[in-house]
Amino acid sequence: MTMPRETIVQAVNDALHTEMAADDRTLVFGEDVARSGGVFRATDGLLEAFGEERVRDTPLSEIAIVGAAVGLATHGYRPVVEIQFSGFLPPAFDQLVSNASRIRWRTRGRLTAPMVVRTPYGAGVRALEHHSESLEAAYAHVPGLKVAIPSTPADAKGLLTSAIRDPDPVLFMEPKRVYRSFREEVPDGEHAVPLGEAAVRREGADVTVVSWGAMMHPTLEAVDELGVDAEVVDLRSISPLDRETLLASVRKTGRCVVVHEAAKSGGFGAEVAATVAEDALLYLEAPIRRVTGFDVPVPLLSMEDYYPPQPPRIAAAIEETAEF
Amino acid sequence: MDGKPTSRPSPRTNAAAGVEHLSQADLRVETHQVVTAEGTVDEARVPDLADAQFRDLYRWLVLQRTFDERATKLQRRGQLGTYASGRGQEASIVGSAFALADDDWIFPAGREAAALLMHGVSMRDLLLYWRGVEDASRMEGANVFGVAIAIGSQMPMVTGKAWGMQLAGDDAVAVGYFGDGATSTGAFHEGVNFAGVLEVPAVFYCQNNQYAISLPFAEQTGADTVAQKALAYGVDGIRVDGNDVLAVYNAVSTARARAREGRPVLVESVTYRRGAHTTSDDPTRYREEEEVESWAARDPLDRYRTFLGHRDLLDGVDEVAVREEVDAMFDEAVAAADDYPLRDVDEIFVHLYEELTPELARQMEWYRDFLDDHPEMDEYVHQRERG
Repeated sequence: MTMPRETIVQAVNDALHTEMAADDRTLVFGEDVARSGGVFRATDGLLEAFGEERVRDTPLSEIAIVGAAVGLATHGYRPVVEIQFSGFLPPAFDQLVSNASRIRWRTRGRLTAPMVVRTPYGAGVRALEHHSESLEAAYAHVPGLKVAIPSTPADAKGLLTSAIRDPDPVLFMEPKRVYRSFREEVPDGEHAVPLGEAAVRREGADVTVVSWGAMMHPTLEAVDELGVDAEVVDLRSISPLDRETLLASVRKTGRCVVVHEAAKSGGFGAEVAATVAEDALLYLEAPIRRVTGFDVPVPLLSMEDYYPPQPPRIAAAIEETAEF
Repeated sequence: MDGKPTSRPSPRTNAAAGVEHLSQADLRVETHQVVTAEGTVDEARVPDLADAQFRDLYRWLVLQRTFDERATKLQRRGQLGTYASGRGQEASIVGSAFALADDDWIFPAGREAAALLMHGVSMRDLLLYWRGVEDASRMEGANVFGVAIAIGSQMPMVTGKAWGMQLAGDDAVAVGYFGDGATSTGAFHEGVNFAGVLEVPAVFYCQNNQYAISLPFAEQTGADTVAQKALAYGVDGIRVDGNDVLAVYNAVSTARARAREGRPVLVESVTYRRGAHTTSDDPTRYREEEEVESWAARDPLDRYRTFLGHRDLLDGVDEVAVREEVDAMFDEAVAAADDYPLRDVDEIFVHLYEELTPELARQMEWYRDFLDDHPEMDEYVHQRERG
């Protein structure tokens, strides 16, 4: 099998092409996704390959995009919609909460919403206000909605494939900071990575470092520089959460650091910490540490770099935890 | 310059020559009527229905009214959850549903009992829904979505459903029911606007019953009518007297036909909610009895009886028998709802995803065991009493 080398955004595009070819119920729509191929080019070439019926530019209308996807999904289609930046998703939060996430539950399975909302998230691209949010915990809090966040090209393709095939709605958050920052081999053709399965990126014995999405990269950089025998867990899906992999790792190392870009209070790191506290407390040899954004909006570009966990902050927390 | 632009003139207080402005005052929005409040019939507009269908319409009007009365009583006796009555809106509800086909999808807002029953939902299931039994939201046997309790939230789904129908080549339309309050939501705007762009078979059916809980229509929007909002979205608008069942039937039939041709339509059915918003509401806090009485004088059942009399069709309608029939149906539905089995706690977990997630399975198993070990929990869980 050939293994093309792709960036994350190319891998997303690859998954869309592959899944649209495999299932003609799959539709792609959103702002600027057809003619322009998406502001990040994630949907490039889909219009040419699959035509106007299946690939469509929409009005600037997030509520309509997500709500219409629910309607289409209940009619047998598989919409994969793009919300241009996750900072623009909040208006459509209502459609996710009130409709997409509960249509199966509320109709006891008669109507379902197999659909994907793709959205680039996170800071680090020197963009304007509302272009840098990481509100994944808010979405993971919604019963009935799955949330996947890849950190590598192969996972971007594999998780998006699983999201498109999933019988339930999935929010797919793409780490735009690393959209194009590196390439890796991505399996050609159909490639699925199951939702709800974490990946151990690096095995280690002394401390477990948990992260996902864009923050995997500064986390791995910090670990590489430290010389601590850390085990690095990439959650990949935060809903459903792979508790087993997380707990097995912490039981082994006895120490846990969580790294995420979102604000600290109520962030998904709190869920990780609570999970460990509930089911692996007696294995812990040190307090659980969180390395996160601060409880403020993401600053504009001149101050933006102060906000997310950088390798030195992550390294300091790992070191303190390992030496506790 | 000192970094500042040239100083601006004083802002003017009058319009510049030649600058026209669009105004709703220039719009002429007709309200379609067949039978006036005074009982005059516009023969040319009477729809081409068989005598039996004219009589059947009356039966449905009585059914809606009786269902609302009985359901409200049932709630008062503690045998139904919060209930939203359609009292006063019977013509608006019945006339609209009478114009639809079985393959059409209805997105209900809550007050349209007769519309759902006509579309195939069983009366038992309707009662179960108001008893908080989610099974009933399957709306088994009918193309009916779950009720949109979050006002306006269904609108973009209506557009999406209609889009799906268009892609699939279905001979059907998607119909969103909603009230005047919903027209102020962003979801309404985005849903209707998108439908206009897509040219999908969607009918947006607004029952303007003059109140969103306590807020009168005049404070809901600066627009004189809901129908005129259609123009801003590039879709067609129809305004109809919602207490004139034949006019409503005409309006929705026309809207449906246009929607089938890819022209979405926003229909405003002008009516009045004579009852409370729901059984939890006290309308005496915000409106005068005289106002309610003035609308009682425009009662949709009375108006339709006038028409039936005018057509010599009343002889064929046994008022007492119709009410008895509906009462018997209702009694039967209540008995069937009472017989609905108690459910296991698993039900609240197993329908969230196609496959239970490990965490959800854990929560369910834990709760099941806890309930087994703690029979005193029965004192805190009252399935039957609350429905």
